[in-house]
Order: sequence, then C-alpha cells, then structure tokens
Amino acid sequence: MRDVAVIGVGMQKWGELWEKSLRDIFTESALLAIDDAGVDHIDAMYVGCMSSGLFVGQEHLGCVLSDYLGMGPIPSLRVETACASGGAAFRQACLDVASGAHEIVLAGGVEKMTDVDGGGATFALSTAADAEYEVYQGVTFPGLYAMMAVAHMHQHGTTRDQLSHVAVKNHKNGSKNPLAQYPFEVTVQQVAESILVADPLTILDCSPITDGGAAAIVCSLDAAKRLSKKQPVKVLASAHATDSIALHSRRDISWLSAVEKAGQSAYKDAGLGPRDINFVEVHDCFTIAEICVIEALGFFERGKGGRGAESGETAVGGRIPVNPSGGLKSKGHPVGATGVAQIIETVKQLRGDCGERQVKGAKIGMTQNMGGTGGSCVVHILGSV
Amino acid sequence: MAGIIGYGAYMPRNRIKVEEIARVWGADAPSYKKGLMLREKAVPSQDQDTITMAVEATKHALKRAKIDPKRIGAVYVGSESHPYAVKPSGTVLADAIGATPEVHCADFEFACKAGSEGMFVCMGLVDGGAIEYGLAVGADTSQGAPGDALEYSAAAGAAAFIIGKGPVVAKVLHTYAYMTDTPDFWRREHMHYPRHAGRFTGEPAYFKHVLGCAKGIMAKAGAKPADFAYAVFHQPNGKFPMRAGQMLGFKKEQIEPGWLSPTLGNTYSGSSPMGLTATLDVAKPGDRILMVSYGSGAGSDGFIYEVTDRIEEVRDAAPKTRDMLDSNKRYIDYGTYAKLRRKIRMGE
Repeated sequence: MRDVAVIGVGMQKWGELWEKSLRDIFTESALLAIDDAGVDHIDAMYVGCMSSGLFVGQEHLGCVLSDYLGMGPIPSLRVETACASGGAAFRQACLDVASGAHEIVLAGGVEKMTDVDGGGATFALSTAADAEYEVYQGVTFPGLYAMMAVAHMHQHGTTRDQLSHVAVKNHKNGSKNPLAQYPFEVTVQQVAESILVADPLTILDCSPITDGGAAAIVCSLDAAKRLSKKQPVKVLASAHATDSIALHSRRDISWLSAVEKAGQSAYKDAGLGPRDINFVEVHDCFTIAEICVIEALGFFERGKGGRGAESGETAVGGRIPVNPSGGLKSKGHPVGATGVAQIIETVKQLRGDCGERQVKGAKIGMTQNMGGTGGSCVVHILGSV
Repeated sequence: MAGIIGYGAYMPRNRIKVEEIARVWGADAPSYKKGLMLREKAVPSQDQDTITMAVEATKHALKRAKIDPKRIGAVYVGSESHPYAVKPSGTVLADAIGATPEVHCADFEFACKAGSEGMFVCMGLVDGGAIEYGLAVGADTSQGAPGDALEYSAAAGAAAFIIGKGPVVAKVLHTYAYMTDTPDFWRREHMHYPRHAGRFTGEPAYFKHVLGCAKGIMAKAGAKPADFAYAVFHQPNGKFPMRAGQMLGFKKEQIEPGWLSPTLGNTYSGSSPMGLTATLDVAKPGDRILMVSYGSGAGSDGFIYEVTDRIEEVRDAAPKTRDMLDSNKRYIDYGTYAKLRRKIRMGE
C-alpha cells in the first residue's frame, strides 16, 4: 500500500445557511479544497453525508455532487455511516489512493439540516440509533447520551460541572475559529442553567443543528511532493471499528469500545501511543461524549475523563489539547461534514495556520469521528512530513 | 399629505400566563419567558372575534377623530382570523359605526401585516383625493396549535386608525414597503392552526424584512435612529422587536412605550398598529415615530410619522392602550382558555 498525504483542504463558515442548498454548500468547499491543493482535476471522490434523503429529499449524492462540481464522469460515491460518514469518506479516499486505484481523490462531507424543522431533524438523526429497539421505543439521541452521562456519573463520580467545563473549553476554542457556527464563549454556570434537554444534559451540552460542508484532497505521498504548493500532511493511520448499534447491548454503556478498538488499531499502524499525540479532534456531539472518548483513546484513565477540561489538561496549551477547532459543540455539527472538518483542523494545525488557537509545535494530530452512540468509529492519525 | 386623524385600540380582558400553558404541556416556563420575553397574553371571550374587536377599537378612534362616520369613504379590516372565509368583516364594521352605504369596503390578509396594509392604502386614497377619510383596522384572534411554541404568543387585540387630511394628530412623512416571497408561516384553507418553519421565521424572514424595511425608509427620509423619539416594530414575541431595534441602533427607551407583547402577546394584524397607539398615547408634538410592520410570506410596511399639537387635545378622549393592558385583567386557567378558544371537541 502506498503512503497517502493530504495536499488541500476547504471549508466555509458553518451555520444556518438559509440561502444555500446542499449542492451549493458542498461545491463551495470542494472548490476551495481543489484550489488549496493547486490541482486541476480529481480522479475520484467520496462524500460523507448521513441523511440527505430525510433532510432535503435527495439521494444519489455521488452523481449530484460530481455533476455540480463539474467533475463527471469520474467515479463518485456517497459514504454513509451516520455521524461518522465524513471520517469514513476520508478513509475510503485514503484507501483508494493507497491501493493505487486513483491518484488524486477528493474526500468531502456535507449536510443541509435546516430545511426541516426541529422534529424533522430529530427524526432524521434518530435513524442513526437502533430503529427497532431504541427509536421505536421513543428514545432520542439526547436521551441516549443522557443515559451514558448518568452511568458515568454513577460509576465514576463525574460531575455536572465537569460536563460544563467541556462546553466552556470548546466554546473558548471555537471563539477563535472564524468558521465556527457559534464562536462565542460560555460559562460553567450558563451551561448548567441553560434549558434542560434530557437530564442531566442541557442545551449547552448538545452540539447544534448545522448546515455545512468540508473537503480535503488526498494523493500518494510521492505525488504530493511533486504536486503540492504547501507542505503536505501525511496520513499515518486510518482505522475503523464498530460496536453494537443499541446502547443497551453493551456491557458498560459509559465505555465506547469501538473508539477504543479504532484507537488501538490506529496507534498500532502508526507505531505510536497516546503520549505521542500533540492534539486530538474528537466527536463531542454531547459533552459526555468527549469525556468518554478521551478515556477510550487512552488520554485519560477509565473514569477520569471528566477531569480533562476541568483541570485544563485538554485546553490549548494543556497536556493534550482536545478540540482546538471548537469541536462539534461550538464549530457546529453538519453530520456528514464533521469528520472531514476534523481532518481540516488537523491539517491546518500541522501547517501552523490556526492563529490564536494554534497548538504550538504540533507535529502529530489525531481525529476521532463516531456514529450513533459509538456504534461506529473512525480514527485517523496525521503527521507533518 | 394624509395623516392620522384618530386612533384607538382594544384588547380583551382575559389573560393567560405562560406558566399556565407550560404547566399543561409539561414545558419549561422560565425558558419561554426568558427566550421569548413573554409573560402573559390576551384571550378573547366567548362572543369576541375580529369583528367585535374591530368595532371597539374603531369607536375609540372615532372619539379621538371627532368626525361624522358618514364622511368615511373606505373601511378596510386586516386580519388573518376573519370570522368568515367568504363574507367580509368590513361590512359589519362599516354598518356598526354608521358609515354605510356610500363607502368602499375590503378585507385584507397578509399574515400579521394586514393591519398596516389598510393604513397604507387609505393614505394613498386620501392623498389621491378619492376619499375624504379612510378607516383602517388591524385585528386578530390568533390561534396557535395546542402545545406549539405559538400558543404562548398568539393573542387577541385590535387597533383602528382614521386617515385623512386636515387636523391630523400625526402627519405621515414617508411610507415604504419591502417584500419577498419567503414562506416562513402559513395556513392553508381548512387548516385550523397555522404552521411555521421554526427558526427560519427569524433571521431570513422577520429580521430580513423588518431591518430591510427600516433601513429602506430611513434612507428614503435621510433619517437615522437618533432622529426618532420612538420606534414600533412588529411584535411576534417580546424578544424580536427589541432585538430588531437594537440591531438598527435604537435605544430601549425608544421602543419600550409601544412594546406591548410581553404582557399582550402577538396580536398579529393588530400588533405594530397597537404598538403605535400606545406610542401616540405618550408622544409629544413634534416627535417622530418609525413604525415597521411584518407579515409572514413575507413583507414589511414602513411609516414615518410626525406628531402634531392636536395629540394633546385628543389623547384623553378614549381609553389609552397601556391603561387597558394593565388594568381590568381577568386571569383564566387552561381549561377556560381551551373552551374560549374552541379547542375542545364538543358533542354533535
């Protein structure tokens, strides 16, 4: 298998993009990535999108998006694995290049979520859970993550304040990210006192409904050295693991074993361990998710993840900065685009292009993108060349 | 140029508190009170509807106008809750005040903008010389679906304006309209309750049109926020008009006199017109007032008024809007509310 590198990234500001359609949002990001890479064509494309059918009534995205990007007749495929669709699309692009099938491949992600109302969005998102055993019984994602939070609090003594500190830290990082949907800071008190969604999670524990796109261009490391105007970023590992779809099927509902397995696989492939990672972008769809993920990836001992944000260890400048981009919480969560945006933040950090939120001296970064309550997880490790 | 000869408002006595509605649905009252800046809303009684409230408000306007109703050449009622789908509200109103039969009459409908539309058209007819006086009313007994966020705001009230030349209480210096096809809120024929597009009703709908209209009319007039004593914006809740005003550079004090929604609710076609009546109740001669309505669908009408000396003569001739809002209230529970708003399915 060939070594793979990222040579271009593109993303525009996320938010409630009332004036833009799904195809506009994707195409703008893709063109930015192509321009950033300095290439005049792509050979194939993979686009992560969770639920364009339910959100905008459009399936067959591979065709729609290559058409609107003006890249037909190249092979173009939509990748879906719920909220991990973006990370999985990037992984497919890497595998495509590594296999030698194609040379320059676009990995994109997009979601247009505001064309439906809150109930419609809640339903579309709920399809990432177990329809027969969870959704039909009335549970929603905030409800599932709330159960995980209660279990974590019960087993490990995690506190309401520790949840709040995750939101506070991510909003602080996001306030320095001009592309973030909600680039403002919040306080511990504001998080705890905001509207209760599913006890103990308040609205400021939850990532928002977002329209947004993201794209990256990958090619072989050899080609990157030839083609790239900028310093390429090498893909050191790409891993994917799954767990039971239903939360209640797991031995411990506050432990994310797909994250653990994908992380271990990525560490092994890269020949690295948690101590070698300079920063990590994780899937903080809810504050409790970040706490569980940083434990499963080995940055904190089991049950100790709550201390991460509270102690400052996960802040930019801390022992292991988590979500310097602002995470899903502040940057937004256009489901299919999230995993690719994590790659973009990592590439920008490794290029040293992140301004006020720059992790100083960053050489190796990790991304962790997951679907549902952790039923699927994609982990990448990227490094400076 | 045409102006306001007389004005009047009316709202029912019944009030229901946000806490009472939230109690029934298991909703979080503090978050509605904080998020929408609403405390309570006016609810019509058993026999009250858009027409009866239009008549009440018009009687108040006539007391201030001090004119013979026979001289009114046009009667326009703007509402989205006309009691009849086919048969005008305006004919009942015109007959009730003694303006018939030599009078032009029409009902207007443009979501919450229907009231200001009548004012806009009357001004044109007066300026064009087609009529001596015109009566424009915005009135609604709005309904929100049970349990919907709209239920906390959909209220009842009316405002009436007699437009003409001569001894006006407020001159109309400028008018302006701003409209696009923006489907943020609608009710199809035979639907009992309106539907809305959630957060889409905010930034791309209300704020785009209200801010666009306000900026447009101020540019036309060469005016800035500091040139106005007061500003009145459509009030779908307590938060939006205050935020719109602040985004435009108005101070809270300029908006507050006409800011009725926290304790009145959204009276739809009556909303910004009622805000204007409350503002005229406290305005001084020479004060300039900016008024911007909003109707879903979507559009805004803008008006710049200049208050004259006559305001002092007529102000006390009829009940003041804020006094009606703050006094003689009767609080009802959700069961009574459900009965009055015909939410209970009766035996056949």
